[in-house]
Amino acid sequence: MELYKLTARELIEKIDKKESNAGEIISCLGKRIKEVDPKINAYVRLSEPEPSISAPGPQPSTPLRGVPVSIKDNICTQGYKTECSSKILEGFTPPYDATVITKLKNAGAAILPFKTNMDEFAFGSSTENSCFGPTRNPWSLEAVAGGSSGGSAAAVAADEAAWALGSDTGGSIRQPASFCGVVGLKPTYGRVSRYGLIAFASSLDQIGPITKDVADSASLLNVIAGYDHFDSTSIDKEVPDYTKVLGSGIKGIKIALPEEYFVEGLDPEVKSIVEEAVDKLKSLGAEDKTVSLPHTQYSIPVYYIVATAEASSNLARFDGVQYGHRCAKPQNLIQMYNKTRGESFGQEAKRRIMLGTFVLSHGYYDAYYLRALKVRTLIKNDFEKLFSEFDCVVTPTSPTAAFRIGEKIRDPLKMYLSDIYTISANLAGLPAISVPCGFTKNGLPVGLQILAKPFDEEMILKVAHAYEQATPWHKMKPKL
Amino acid sequence: MAITKDTIKHVAHLARIDLAPNELETLSAQLQDILDFIDKLKQADIKDVLPTSHILPVSNVMRDDLPRESLLSEKALENAPQRKGSFFGVPKVIE
Repeated sequence: MELYKLTARELIEKIDKKESNAGEIISCLGKRIKEVDPKINAYVRLSEPEPSISAPGPQPSTPLRGVPVSIKDNICTQGYKTECSSKILEGFTPPYDATVITKLKNAGAAILPFKTNMDEFAFGSSTENSCFGPTRNPWSLEAVAGGSSGGSAAAVAADEAAWALGSDTGGSIRQPASFCGVVGLKPTYGRVSRYGLIAFASSLDQIGPITKDVADSASLLNVIAGYDHFDSTSIDKEVPDYTKVLGSGIKGIKIALPEEYFVEGLDPEVKSIVEEAVDKLKSLGAEDKTVSLPHTQYSIPVYYIVATAEASSNLARFDGVQYGHRCAKPQNLIQMYNKTRGESFGQEAKRRIMLGTFVLSHGYYDAYYLRALKVRTLIKNDFEKLFSEFDCVVTPTSPTAAFRIGEKIRDPLKMYLSDIYTISANLAGLPAISVPCGFTKNGLPVGLQILAKPFDEEMILKVAHAYEQATPWHKMKPKL
Repeated sequence: MAITKDTIKHVAHLARIDLAPNELETLSAQLQDILDFIDKLKQADIKDVLPTSHILPVSNVMRDDLPRESLLSEKALENAPQRKGSFFGVPKVIE
């Protein structure tokens, strides 16, 4: 079998058996990228001269053995451009590595110099808001790859990456993973350092793995998780070996099915696929019960207040002074700010900065922002109550399979509604995973989402792994 | 609430973003739609509920004040659109 088809753990095994080496794997992936990426556009800046790869060399003693990782364009990589798929960060080459990159290098990973495509500043659910053009879904080139980590998910699905990192603020790892038929995990808020992740919404953002299977997800999380003194919101809590729980069975595990996630708005075909997946979990010994998360209807309004408010503040740093694009011949400082930002932020970025600025502005703060923070408490309390009785919550990852490119881009509100099932995990800080659970009649993948209480990544990995091993979905490959 | 073009202009000024006339039109309509949707929050009972601005129960995280390597100014200036000596260059602020 071609090397590019293998999971990262299978590649590590090949290296250990001396059947291959890191250099060969990287050049094989490079060839694969050249061959299929013109169709997919999972990577950005491929036409630019290639910077030399961070030397993997023979590293038999390191955990990752020189196997390469693909990185989303909003995670800082020293010496490799990091532009958040935005014109305003044109040419930005970070002078330092994000903590996750340092950890990967220390574990012996090679970092691919080309980064993966995304919605500008992670603002979007389809990777259509990228200054490099949309990423296409490997299962149907007319469909979106999801977003905002659409490049990472499509690269993994199309075997253009062994595995990848994405970031998730409202579903940006899980939804594209679901659309592309791969595994995406958003860790508990604070589990992974955000240092060097170009901030979108600081109280919601988390970096996480996008992989071909659940075991790879656990292995990659092992490397990136942990406290970091550069991120005071990361938590000083021991990191277990997440691969240890895999295969331990799910007999007697208590699963909650929130009724609000199975009502109108959910595509009937997706609904029946997810219900079959729940039956599979039951056949493996899990016990299910339908429950209520009564404040679910408020999650999208709360999110689009909190996330845009934080984004408007975080993106104030892009002003043409320290890095990136600056407008030509500004007359004075204020004009430089206004023109630089006006001409280089895309439409969705402008929309979110404007909305965030508005909800924080004088006279509206209490009515919008403060109210949203209080409703966030109610959403968080809903989950806390559930987790006193249940081990995990199981839902669809997205209400539909991948939609067509262009279908929602002119209607921002419609696009926002596609995040309805993923947003609550960010608002409540919970770990959540999306695992492939079947295909629609049109051959598009569907994802199953599993959530657990804070810092119980082991639970979601265990349940996802049990499901995966009992089903054929993760073995399926798109025809390219 | 109703969003007027003047509100949009004011917010654009606060956000330091130049908007073209057609952007002003589209954004007014789109933000109106989004705010109408967000108004749903008024139905939630938030009496006696405390706000959650951060999900984890951590505050005032302290560390030892030890010297360590930081970014050298040369490195920090590498991406500057304009530099003057060891500073970032910007247009004149005070006449």
